[in-house]
Amino acid sequence: MLEVKDLQAWYGPGHALQGVSLEVRPREIVALIGRNGAGKTTTLKTIMGLIPRCQGSVLFEERELLGLPTHRRFALGLAYVPEQRRIVPGLSVRDNLRLGMLADTRGGHEAARIDRIAEVFPRLKERLAQEAVTLSGGEQQMLAIARAIVSQPKLVMLDEPSEGIMPVLVDEIFELFKKMRRDGQAILLVEQNVELALEVADRAYIIDQGRIVHHAAAAELLADEAIKERYCAV
Amino acid sequence: MAALTPELLALQLLVGLALGAIYVLLAFGLSLIFGMLTVVNFAHGAFYMLGAYVAFAVAGLTGNFWLCLACAPVVLGLIGYGVERFLVSPLYGRGIDYPLLLTFGLSYVLVEAVRIIFGKQGYPFDSPAALAGSVEILGNYFPLYRLFVVAATGTIVLALWLFVEWTNFGLIIRAGARDPEILRVLGIDVGRVWRLVFALGTAIAAMAGVLAAPLQGVTPEMGDSMLIESFVVTVVGGMGSLGGAVLAGLLVGLVVSLTSVVAPELAKLSIYALMAAVLLIRPQGLFGRAGLLG
Repeated sequence: MLEVKDLQAWYGPGHALQGVSLEVRPREIVALIGRNGAGKTTTLKTIMGLIPRCQGSVLFEERELLGLPTHRRFALGLAYVPEQRRIVPGLSVRDNLRLGMLADTRGGHEAARIDRIAEVFPRLKERLAQEAVTLSGGEQQMLAIARAIVSQPKLVMLDEPSEGIMPVLVDEIFELFKKMRRDGQAILLVEQNVELALEVADRAYIIDQGRIVHHAAAAELLADEAIKERYCAV
Repeated sequence: MAALTPELLALQLLVGLALGAIYVLLAFGLSLIFGMLTVVNFAHGAFYMLGAYVAFAVAGLTGNFWLCLACAPVVLGLIGYGVERFLVSPLYGRGIDYPLLLTFGLSYVLVEAVRIIFGKQGYPFDSPAALAGSVEILGNYFPLYRLFVVAATGTIVLALWLFVEWTNFGLIIRAGARDPEILRVLGIDVGRVWRLVFALGTAIAAMAGVLAAPLQGVTPEMGDSMLIESFVVTVVGGMGSLGGAVLAGLLVGLVVSLTSVVAPELAKLSIYALMAAVLLIRPQGLFGRAGLLG
């Protein structure tokens, strides 16, 4: 459903992506792993249309995304949960959730949709009226995910969802990814915690210095200590 | 120096509130545009003046003040939309000084255009017949039109507050001032939002111009000093803060009007003294967040 071919991107003077090709199929969790600065975040941002200088091809359900503004890519069914969660300060949990529903015209009644998403995230349900920045890191991550998937996108891209979160909540979040896959959503996952990512993923790509250097089934990579040592050791 | 009797004090308070109301409306638009678009809009005074001139033209044709009050914001809202779309938006991403210089130049063009079309001299502008004269409250007489200006501004501010707090577009405004990129990611056409916000700010400036016209007449330069003073108001209130704009606008209006009773020559100076005092104690303004320009 997502086919990235020879994607190049520039950040200021830096040539951040120098030919990234990868694929995400329906109902699949794909991990993108690599060192800090390898180009993981830039890959997601370029797919979402947040990096102005880029070339190559990004096909989403056979449609070319490059050249489309970010909000049009969202409308096609692509969602993105950025690093650091980006919860909007000054807004309640409910208003942060509402932000995820504004652009989605098919959605139906707002209160019903909030109820539905709150069923999936019981921790948020009790805290809807609370100011969102008072949530714990893990709860904020859940809110960021809820905000991105309340519009029922076809593909969700997540950047470092386990960063700075208590282990018990990390498990809860990664269980959710499996449920999303069962429900028919595809996931492209960028994760610093390689073991964690490979345990949940079907396939994985390794990126280094702006290029995809390796690609294999997740289970295979999980067993391959040499590759992990070479490209993912911090 | 006039003796400061209770009657005079009450009257000056109203004069100050009415002046402050005009500042509130101008600062509200400036603050909204700055908070969302990070554009320091130097054409805001010219939009205020254009609003008054649209009202002047409509009044000449129809003689109906209420029609003026309805037409000016619509016309200026459309002009603001066009200005953002074709002049300001190409400059995004190039630093805060580009749109500042553009709007600065635009204000000269607009003032000169009005001089060419309507002439350099100003015109008086009659307050509507229904609001002429005075009304007696507790033994004091107050000019009815100034009371109307305060009440109209209160209504506009209340409507804007409800709009910002309770509508979806208001939610976008509240979030967009903090993190426009996350709005994009969530599927919102931020460019369109910014055009509408610029148009809204311009329409509010036009309403301020119409309300001010009966108080001071219309002249091509009427926006010049109002712009600078409204910037002072936004700085005192805190750049980007809407509540700050309201409080600071009324405060500045009152300070000017009360100073002008005691020492008329110091009236305009008092605005800057107030700004200096506030900035010494709170560099980010009364309600501002620190480091907005950083």
